[in-house]
Amino acid sequence: MYRILEKESLNETVTRMVIEAPLVARKAKAGQFIILRVNENGERIPLTIAGYDREKGTVTIIFQIVGATTYELNHKEAGDCLQDFVGPLGRPTEIEGLKEVCVVGGGVGCAIALPVARALKEEGCKVTSIIGFRNKDLLILEDEFREASSELIVMSDDGSYGRQGNVTVPLKEMLAEGRHFDKVITIGPLIMMKFVVLTCKEFEVPVDVSMNPIMIDGTGMCGCCRLTLNIDGKKVTKFACVDGPDFNGYQVDFDEAMSRNRMYVDFERHKYEEACNLFKGVK
Amino acid sequence: MPNMSLEKNPMPMQDAQERAHNFNEVTLGYDEETALNEADRCLNCKNPQCVTGCPVNISIPEFIAKIKKKDYDGAYEVISLSSSLPAVCGRVCPQESQCEAKCVRGIKGEPVGIGRLERFVADYHNSKEIKVQKPASNGHKVAIVGSGPSGLTCAGDLARKGYEVTIYEALHTAGGVLVYGIPEFRLPKAIVKKEVDNLLAMGVTINTDVVIGKTLTVDELLEEYEAVYIGSGAGLPSFMNIPGEALNGVYSANEFLTRSNLMKAYEEDPVTPIMKGGKVAVVGGGNVAMDAARTALRLGAEHVYIVYRRSMTELPARKEEVEHAEEEGIDFRLLNNPVEILGYRNEEDPRDPKNGYVKGIRCIKMELGEPDEKGRRRPVEIPGSEFELDVDCVIMAIGTSPNPLIKSTTEGLEVTNRGGIVVDDGGKTTREGVYAGGDAVTGSATVISAMGAGKLAARSIGEYLSK
Repeated sequence: MYRILEKESLNETVTRMVIEAPLVARKAKAGQFIILRVNENGERIPLTIAGYDREKGTVTIIFQIVGATTYELNHKEAGDCLQDFVGPLGRPTEIEGLKEVCVVGGGVGCAIALPVARALKEEGCKVTSIIGFRNKDLLILEDEFREASSELIVMSDDGSYGRQGNVTVPLKEMLAEGRHFDKVITIGPLIMMKFVVLTCKEFEVPVDVSMNPIMIDGTGMCGCCRLTLNIDGKKVTKFACVDGPDFNGYQVDFDEAMSRNRMYVDFERHKYEEACNLFKGVK
Repeated sequence: MPNMSLEKNPMPMQDAQERAHNFNEVTLGYDEETALNEADRCLNCKNPQCVTGCPVNISIPEFIAKIKKKDYDGAYEVISLSSSLPAVCGRVCPQESQCEAKCVRGIKGEPVGIGRLERFVADYHNSKEIKVQKPASNGHKVAIVGSGPSGLTCAGDLARKGYEVTIYEALHTAGGVLVYGIPEFRLPKAIVKKEVDNLLAMGVTINTDVVIGKTLTVDELLEEYEAVYIGSGAGLPSFMNIPGEALNGVYSANEFLTRSNLMKAYEEDPVTPIMKGGKVAVVGGGNVAMDAARTALRLGAEHVYIVYRRSMTELPARKEEVEHAEEEGIDFRLLNNPVEILGYRNEEDPRDPKNGYVKGIRCIKMELGEPDEKGRRRPVEIPGSEFELDVDCVIMAIGTSPNPLIKSTTEGLEVTNRGGIVVDDGGKTTREGVYAGGDAVTGSATVISAMGAGKLAARSIGEYLSK
């Protein structure tokens, strides 16, 4: 069992938890993920690692309440235990040798972008961060990003905080001005990453994306997390759990990935409502 | 006088129509009277060929002789000398191509029902309260990677000799393919749990949620343990690389079965989703394909096809499973090969919720040509014979390739060009103190051969550590 040591609500739908998991903490690197089950007989869900403390043996996760399992997870409190917590899975983000990087995070994806920005900074890389949210109420981790970046641009869709517009707006401006980045690393909703990739393509800047497909085992056994890469005109099937979750953005078939993520949308909506009703009933 | 009936005693089983809608075990097992009658069919040959057909060389006539004397405990002991999982193997072994294929009674008539008798003995044994003794420790520590049939077997054999054994399992439940792969209706999970509980009672430690190659490496295990056995099983599922395999509704058999078995998606109100109902095509002809097809049927599919590119003769699945599948109404489309999976796409409405989901499968008819290097006749496409089947779900059951996690993190561990770990006759790898067996070495194979490899490695590890 894996004890929850801290719990903090970052906004109405996003929660941060610090979990006691010494074996995972010992190996964790930015870009890797874990799989957890809240309860016995629960669903296995993947969450990217938002931080870790090797000495304390803890791993931080930040999750958005989007379905039944994250809803149940959010009903656990500090001191409670999680049934399972496996990791670190997947390959770490490749940051070696990078000198100037633009990190582009969107929504709860910023929770995963943050450890990447921090790791880059530790490597002596100059980090420019662009983080975007729908509105001011959904803003998370601004101070943490400011600390990890030499420049931070905050965007909101409705203009209620920072600049108004999508994350691609300042990215495009910077690239058009001739700003050099060795690489752009983007983590967020698929549709946002798709447009970040298109923006980078215009200026021929390399871009890595962090994929978040549906998974079960997370160890390369079920093949549920497969995605199609287009490598030199050839279609190649890759598994996000062992080959990723980071991929060269130019190669990813985003439309297919978006379609695959909708596979169980009705089931998930129904389960979420069921979970909400259950907890309301208890109270 | 032996029983000279030409036919095996039939296996009692659930009615085909009824069982096609439930997940209870299909076969019910012999009762004592039937077992005694079947045991009497064994001629107790001086030179028993059945033993040579068994991958772990169980002394078959000897255990059957004990049954004849109603000494079922004695029969269990005989089997236990060679096999660790008789209740499992009695159910899932392909006896018709192993022990029973060699039985002299099979020359004229049907062979002795060896598998059914093995199961009878094991179930008799398991129905009794048995107190497992924890052996005294010999002070040696061994780590085992994976809790499937080979890992469980290796652990059991070592623990009985006093080794302190720790199993590392990546998933949240011990049992490997016995819990995520083989469905409840063919192998009840209570049987696997009993085997696992027996190991725990013997003092074996099982650490779930640890992925070797990620959470810990083999090298780290070697710092704490004197020997390591890798029984990590098969890995990444194979796909055909035909158009449409990324559509919603296309599963690997591993995914489909894991959702149903391990994650219990077959239950009334599951937490893990799975496609239920509709028309389903399963591609492949092995046991996994049969398991997937029959699971789909039980989950409420209207119609289930098996699409296999060769003919019934080459179908690699266990004979009994094929018969059961046919009785349950699985539609075998043999000498057919998929060329494309067709998806639904509403050009006028990009928001149509059916967009991106499977609507059919295009196949081509095949004929058998010249034999290949293994002597199996090679299937050849018949030009212009393409046709379509309307389906909502396609399950690919065409095998797996070894998981790269361990080989990529263990220096000096040699693998074949197909990714299987290289071992010698005793299961020893190219790394000192590291042994391996089962699908991680051979690629997809059977439970009994994995178990045999676990036993062999346990013996080798014992010899290595007593030097």
